[in-house]
Amino acid sequence: MPTSATATAACDPRLFAALVRKRWTVSLALTVLMLGIYYGFIYVLAYRADLLATRLGERMTVGIPVGLGIILASWLLTGIYVRWANGGYDDAVSTIKCAMQENQG
Amino acid sequence: MNTFATTLGQPNATSIIFFFVFIAITLAITYVAAKKSQSASNFYAAGRSVTGWQNGLALAGDYMSAASFLGIAGLVSLKGYDGLIYSIGFLVGWPIIMFLVAEPLRNLGKYTFADVVAYRLSQKPIRVAASIGSLLTVCFYLIAQMVGSGALVTMMFGLPYETAIIAVGAVMIAYVLFGGMLATTWVQIIKAVLLLAGATAMVVMALSRFGFNVTALFDAAAVTYGDKMLNPGGLVANPLDALSLGLALMFGTAGLPHILMRFYTVPDAKTARKSVFYATGLIGYFYVLTFIIGFAAMVLVGRDVVARVDAGGNMAALLLAEVTGGTVFLGFIAAVAFATILAVVAGLTLAGATTLSHDLYANVFRAGRSSEEAEMRVAKRATVGLGIVAVLLGLAFKGQNVAFMVGLAFAIAASANFPALLLSILWKGTSTVGAAASIVTGTVTAVGLIMLSPTVWVDIFGNAAPIFPWKNPTLVSMPAAFLAGWLGSVFVPDAKARSLYAAQQIRNYLGVGAE
Repeated sequence: MPTSATATAACDPRLFAALVRKRWTVSLALTVLMLGIYYGFIYVLAYRADLLATRLGERMTVGIPVGLGIILASWLLTGIYVRWANGGYDDAVSTIKCAMQENQG
Repeated sequence: MNTFATTLGQPNATSIIFFFVFIAITLAITYVAAKKSQSASNFYAAGRSVTGWQNGLALAGDYMSAASFLGIAGLVSLKGYDGLIYSIGFLVGWPIIMFLVAEPLRNLGKYTFADVVAYRLSQKPIRVAASIGSLLTVCFYLIAQMVGSGALVTMMFGLPYETAIIAVGAVMIAYVLFGGMLATTWVQIIKAVLLLAGATAMVVMALSRFGFNVTALFDAAAVTYGDKMLNPGGLVANPLDALSLGLALMFGTAGLPHILMRFYTVPDAKTARKSVFYATGLIGYFYVLTFIIGFAAMVLVGRDVVARVDAGGNMAALLLAEVTGGTVFLGFIAAVAFATILAVVAGLTLAGATTLSHDLYANVFRAGRSSEEAEMRVAKRATVGLGIVAVLLGLAFKGQNVAFMVGLAFAIAASANFPALLLSILWKGTSTVGAAASIVTGTVTAVGLIMLSPTVWVDIFGNAAPIFPWKNPTLVSMPAAFLAGWLGSVFVPDAKARSLYAAQQIRNYLGVGAE
């Protein structure tokens, strides 16, 4: 399964390592954010459920927009990742791939 | 309001017509797909030709089961706000799939997630271990779906349970056997569109009774059934148990074989990434709809009526369909619910069959030396075999409480499949012994602890007190799997695996050499 690209990757190992590091910095930051939002919500449910019962209007409670907001936030986080990856990441990948091909030729 | 008499459970002409139209269209697609499903790449991965939008819909289709549509709407109609907490748990796993596994999976694997784990490790032990994790996840999920579907069809159409199970099994085998992944994907897409359209129509019709003001709906619910409907109730009674369930849902989604397999149907990592964005949006929208449907059923149908038809509230969405759109709309939604059942079990069966033929037959028994034709023959036999097993399990578990099996499937996925997958992608030091130990430890701990938990030890075996205090084992079993993976890799290192890591990195991040 390993390809001949192994040798040529060494053409610019620093560039590649930086790319990998950046990818995981973004991914893990977004993962931590998602975990924080969800477990923050669970924490409030467990220990401060009264906060979510606060009235917004006549009867409507804070809990409903917060819950729906978490659904929206999960989707927005995936959107942020796609935006980042479609821009910077994909460009960097094609730059490194070009460099590899030049080295091969 | 409470005098409402439902026609649910009686044969309904519209639902039968809609249902046969759905079957006719999907079988026609299967027939067309059958001509293209001869090669392995077509049978397992739809020729890698699925677009981002299509895969987004298919992923959503795989995830939006009849159990979540009818079950969550029912939970909301009886308990109000708590139903929303439940659906949020099922959604938050999707961003995790995107951030941690979607792209590496697409670039490193071929047809199954075991391809990725075994990429630089010894094939046989890893494939055997990963197959156990995969097959257990698929089987528990399948039992829950089959038993649920038999009960639902009985309630919806008045058909005998056994007839329902056999009918579901037969149609599902036809899709997978003849049409492979291509037909299964299109069945998912059609079902997802129908389900989202039907639920949207129901919400629009229900909200028209409240002047299209959602707040008016919530107010009406609180006026009739008390303010507690809009507040969190007893769902998070034990914080550690809630944390454990949260871990299972969050990381288990990223370990469900039938979901992971969908990433091989798209041409590249970029499309895989886009499809998760679409899927997350569609599933999130679906959960918002079911939340409103639940409240509308509570107010327009009445909580007592919902509970009288089915104590678990499972018929809330169907009753609301009848109240808002009459028998014709009820027929449509019932047919969509049945289509949903078929699509989900088809996806699960395909994932199970692929594990048997690609991981176990081709890569273990034949050690990678089998011909594609032989592997396809095994895949088709495995499909029929698994389909029959699903029907038999559905019959065997008739009338039993199988709700815990979905939680168990997620717990195994989060403990057996996800840690090994993540370690093999991220950690250079992962060794064959480490990965295999992680999978085995995760499986044994998850299954063992759930047997000792309140859900099985007390509710099913009838003992007085549980040996393990929480309903969900993931808070213990997932860290145990990571620990076993680390210990195994440190004590029995794998020089070959280390040396292949550089090549894996290139393929993972640049997509060079990806199939």
